[in-house]
Amino acid sequence: MAHLTEGVEGLRSIPALLGRNAKIHADSPAYREKEYGIWQSWTWSEAEREIEALALGLLKLGVNEGDFIAVIGRNRPYLYWSIVAAQMVGAVPVPLYQDASAEEMAYVLGHCGARFVIVADQEQVDKVIEVQEGLHQFEHMIYLDPRGLRKYDHSHLHQFSQVQDQGRAARDEFSADLERRQAGKNYDDICVMLYTSGTTGKPKGVVLSNRNIIETAKNSAEFDHLKTDDEVLAYLPMAWVGDFIFSIGQAYWTGFCVNCPESPETMMTDLREIAPSYYFAPPRVFETQLTSIMIRMEDASPLKKRLFHHFMAHARKVGPKILDGEPVGMLGRLRYRLGEVLVFGPLKNTLGFSKVRVGYTAGEAIGPEIFDFYRALGINLKQLYGQTEASVFITQQPDGQVRSDTVGVPSPGVEIRIAENGEVFYRSPGVFVEYFKNADSTADTKNPEGWVATGDAGFIEESTGHLRIIDRAKDVGAMADGAMFAPKYVENKLKFYPNILEAVVMGAGRDRCCAFINIDLTAVGNWAERNNIAYASYQELAGHSRVLDMIQAHVEEVNASVAQDEMLSGCQVHRFLVLHKELDADDGELTRTRKVRRKIIGEKFGDLVEALYDGSDSIYTETEVTYEDGRKGKIKATLEIRDAKVMPVAPKAMAAE
Amino acid sequence: MKDLKGYVTADGRQIGGVLMEMRNITLKFGGVVAIKDISFDVREGEVRAIIGPNGAGKSSMLNIISGFYTPSEGEVWYKGEKRPPMKPYEVARQGVARTFQNIALFEGMTVLDNIMTGRLTHMNAGLVSQAMWWGKARDEEIANREKVEEVIDFLEIQNIRKTPVGRLPYGLKKRVELARALAAEPSILLLDEPMAGMNVEEKEDMSRFILDVNDEFGTTIALIEHDMGVVMDISDRVVVMDYGKKIGDGTPDEVRNNQDVIDAYLGVQH
Repeated sequence: MAHLTEGVEGLRSIPALLGRNAKIHADSPAYREKEYGIWQSWTWSEAEREIEALALGLLKLGVNEGDFIAVIGRNRPYLYWSIVAAQMVGAVPVPLYQDASAEEMAYVLGHCGARFVIVADQEQVDKVIEVQEGLHQFEHMIYLDPRGLRKYDHSHLHQFSQVQDQGRAARDEFSADLERRQAGKNYDDICVMLYTSGTTGKPKGVVLSNRNIIETAKNSAEFDHLKTDDEVLAYLPMAWVGDFIFSIGQAYWTGFCVNCPESPETMMTDLREIAPSYYFAPPRVFETQLTSIMIRMEDASPLKKRLFHHFMAHARKVGPKILDGEPVGMLGRLRYRLGEVLVFGPLKNTLGFSKVRVGYTAGEAIGPEIFDFYRALGINLKQLYGQTEASVFITQQPDGQVRSDTVGVPSPGVEIRIAENGEVFYRSPGVFVEYFKNADSTADTKNPEGWVATGDAGFIEESTGHLRIIDRAKDVGAMADGAMFAPKYVENKLKFYPNILEAVVMGAGRDRCCAFINIDLTAVGNWAERNNIAYASYQELAGHSRVLDMIQAHVEEVNASVAQDEMLSGCQVHRFLVLHKELDADDGELTRTRKVRRKIIGEKFGDLVEALYDGSDSIYTETEVTYEDGRKGKIKATLEIRDAKVMPVAPKAMAAE
Repeated sequence: MKDLKGYVTADGRQIGGVLMEMRNITLKFGGVVAIKDISFDVREGEVRAIIGPNGAGKSSMLNIISGFYTPSEGEVWYKGEKRPPMKPYEVARQGVARTFQNIALFEGMTVLDNIMTGRLTHMNAGLVSQAMWWGKARDEEIANREKVEEVIDFLEIQNIRKTPVGRLPYGLKKRVELARALAAEPSILLLDEPMAGMNVEEKEDMSRFILDVNDEFGTTIALIEHDMGVVMDISDRVVVMDYGKKIGDGTPDEVRNNQDVIDAYLGVQH
């Protein structure tokens, strides 16, 4: 492992990789962005010149080595360049979530003490100006889009292109300094600092070194055989570790092209135009897409409908097998080929998946139905399990070993250990250096030997070596009779039904489980339309007796499936109700990444929980809601509570021998 | 011209000299007098509003400016010259663009094509060249498309670029109409009730865009609007009409405190 201390091939930083790419991939595209209706592109050598000009401009503005430079905005080549330019001058880039509120931003900017902030547009400029009073170290702000900013005080405000121009003009003056700072780069220097969203408490700044990022990028790129001519669409938040690894780490390691959409609203069109070969999306994206395909198929002509259903049924049987290279009969293959021409090909083209060679989904469990649908189409969709603290990769599924209920085998270079309480630990070259200015949390999470606690409970399947995640370790509890309680496991099963958007299962310390259900307005609304059910509001639809019947059927099916699992058969849902409002991040019920906040929901809807357990048939409740513009209001409802059939719990299989 | 100096607005913008002046305009339809002896001016770079109750003659006034009606009496002065009677397309050539109270877009065409029609006054290639898609016609179309894309970017309608207008909701259609008018790169932009029938959020967006257009391109804007809140917020000067007569003219504050205006809007005891 001696070569690792020096950096792979002597390349010890992202700017060093940029230099290499500008030499060996000089004329192949590095960045594309759709602007003014056309894909504008930059080759690696052009990108190097742009980044260098910006770096020189930053030097002229007085950036010191070790300064923190915050980068805020949607995915744009210029902001990726900002990150690399910051690294070039020896500063630490800190990408922030662009939809963060001003207060959230103030905390992060204050915590890292950013002297410079590079932002996309007026919206972000306004937010930073709003909080700058409290930021003692903040000095200069650079903005990209000048629209609406002409009249602002420009004593500490600079336009991106002008900083570059000034950099170019001052090349002679600063290029020696830039070279010196570049040469001084160490493999263990900070590469980037990313703040984790955190379901509890303040965000923590995860410090990742050049070693973390480059080793991880190298290992994962080799694992999936990523190539220079691969294409990705960068549309997930830049502050998220995944985007950093895909759009910077792996892109610079392999030299593939990063494509940025024109605007968030045009994402689907841009996806189709680019047809990426390497694609990542959280399960929710796949779910929404499948729902919209199904709804549109309902409206298609009878012939198209029949063709679609006929070939999809066949594809579900043989598609995944063909992908995994398993034997499939001649006739089956021919029919699949015909389906490809008539149905799958055009469908994949519409979705922008024509060229996907490697697709990943992560972050949440994905429904087997959804997962199989995409695999049946011949899209190599796989799962991975990762964390910011691991530079993403902990486990991932190798080609040919893909299943919806596991998260794969340990990624190259990663070791996995399961603690006695079921919590998953890992150790890898990607393990983060520390939480910035937070030694206590660092010590809590990472032990001196480098093992990191994931906070997730899981186990390794003996037959395959794949990791299976059950739930957050702190959410796994026991019921009154001591049986294991894993709410997420049941909730995921419920959420796999398109009609159910969100579910919250309760039962820790109780004798049985009960659940809150949120219906999916798109799917249920469409169903209501087709069945001539009139409704005026979400609340009315959610309380409709036929909707309740439908949800009850889903819950009972889930119970039957949960009963199969001997460890978790106690988690069947005995009683449930359909909530009168959608769980919402604005009301604090979900995190910004749409994870359920159990404690808050339990407190807020305490009366409903009570009613679920005291056997009443219905309950009247009032709930405070926050509207988008910040005003508050109240909604009142009488909710019906239903009993669901449960399967007899199978007696635990005793070890006979 | 009598006044070239202009003035400075409350938010510090420099307003230029007189761009368009209406002098003693009267408009009659047979025996009906729609507009009676009205004079006012529009200065370069300002947002000028024309308000008034229903039937006050606001739209007729806009139609005179855009050349759709010829005034029975009075003169229209534009860029320091008296304007002879003109057809609307001739007025458009002079740099006057407008939107309509009832949206007048080509419903079956895409947003992009609709906005391209706004560039018509900037296309000079001959019929043959256009049909062959060759030489001048091609260069022109590319240059025009570039301009249109800037407008699309400015109004943030990239996602509906290829959508037929008929499929769009009302608020977006209004925005597309504004885009078409902007694509003409007008010296003066006439907006006939740009916020009619919109919800609060759409109104906020539209106000933002109107101010941005004025700010970024320096386009002079004359608008008719019913929503008093909007008018008072975004205009520099306001003309108030009632029964075809001008009853007030000045900054929003002056107009707000004008007794005649208050009477016209709230009614008086007879």
